[in-house]
Amino acid sequence: MNAARTFATAGRVLRQLRRDRRTAALLLGVPSVLLILLRYVYDGRPAVFDHVGAPLLALFPFITMFLVTSVAMLRERTSGTLERLLTTPLGRADLLVGYALAFGAVAVLQTGIASALALGPLGLQLAASPALVVLLALLDALLGMALGLFLSAFARNEFQAVQFLPAFVLPQLLLCGLFADRSAMAAPLRWLSDVLPLTYAVDGMQELTVRSGVGSALAVDLAVVAGASALALALGAATLRRQSA
Amino acid sequence: MTSSVHVRDLVVTRGRVEVLHGLTFAIEPGRVTGLLGPSGGGKTTLMRALVGVQSGIRGSVLVLGLPAGSPELRRRVGYVTQAPAVYGDLTVAENLAYFAAVLGVGRARCQQVLHDVGLADRQGQLVQTLSGGQRARVSLATALLGEPELLVLDEPTVGLDPVLRRDLWQLFGSLAAGGVTLLVSSHVMDEARRCDRLLLLRDGHLVADDTPAGLLARTGADDLEGAFLAVAEATA
Repeated sequence: MNAARTFATAGRVLRQLRRDRRTAALLLGVPSVLLILLRYVYDGRPAVFDHVGAPLLALFPFITMFLVTSVAMLRERTSGTLERLLTTPLGRADLLVGYALAFGAVAVLQTGIASALALGPLGLQLAASPALVVLLALLDALLGMALGLFLSAFARNEFQAVQFLPAFVLPQLLLCGLFADRSAMAAPLRWLSDVLPLTYAVDGMQELTVRSGVGSALAVDLAVVAGASALALALGAATLRRQSA
Repeated sequence: MTSSVHVRDLVVTRGRVEVLHGLTFAIEPGRVTGLLGPSGGGKTTLMRALVGVQSGIRGSVLVLGLPAGSPELRRRVGYVTQAPAVYGDLTVAENLAYFAAVLGVGRARCQQVLHDVGLADRQGQLVQTLSGGQRARVSLATALLGEPELLVLDEPTVGLDPVLRRDLWQLFGSLAAGGVTLLVSSHVMDEARRCDRLLLLRDGHLVADDTPAGLLARTGADDLEGAFLAVAEATA
């Protein structure tokens, strides 16, 4: 890995994103609008808002980074820039870490805005420090990015890439414990829920609403999300082949 | 002098279809070699094999003395794909700056290559707002950045007006005079006369490997278009 090439890649990805004003505005603005909506849907029931609002802070960066990364990487593949880059001294790690730095920075900004709004004016109650919220959200963003990157290798076009969201993210969302209590699920569903990374992302956020420090449950959540990101990133790297038919 | 490219018994299979059927040739350094032939004849596949991105290869492909695709070659070989491989949502200067950072070359070199391809006045323009020919030249400029010893150019002059085409061929000539080896594919026969040597590829077979003058003499044709037809009919 080479620091100059990695930072150049991160800078290039951020420059592309900045040029696309509407995408940048949607990335940063939509979570806030949804949080406001949620706050008034549960108007007068702050306990429910706390219970659902905190996990949402984890879900926004996961979902948006999944989508943005899978489309961005698909563009690199279909436009020929990926093949061109792989004929240069740029290493696969330079490219992947460059993307991770760029989208990680966006995720921190996104979560910073969303949590400032949620914890401030909207009155979301958390037991833990906001820094932990941003840390967990950053890990969730990296998980979404790594999964998007890996899955983009299996999409031939944007239609397919966008369909991967309902195919791979919605089942995780249904099983993560946000809609139904995991302990009340049938055993096979609970087993499935146990092996899906989003379960730990949402569980982590719920931990933050009830406990102030880093307990063992939260430590497990953080470790699983980070480990799953690393695994998906390694699988994604394996899809960046220098040779193709 | 030793050859820049040495290919022996190259067979390329894509899926179950054999696309190149046992090619053997060499490319001399400091020359412009034209790779000509109808589209679908295997020109792009051959170029991809030389730069090491083509899978399904049998036979030997030596580039600058190393097996094609060796990591050491990534800085010594420049490849320009047929479709411009540049970022449409970045400006010309930003594209150049990124590839310069990847290759580890300075800003001054960016100015030089933009001047070489005639885009010095377009630096601040978004690549997606450029014409097709201008985009192709941005792509060419990024490949020139690293001062490669071998330049593999897939149809670099498609969609260019005659003046720009002439300018680019002059650029290729001056690069070759400076010691760079160029392999340039085209399906336009009038570009063949600008090459030092020609490879004619048809249906995955190398049907001629000669100088333009040699090809004319051998076939007795008046021009290279006629010579190519004569060779094609003789091997059909």
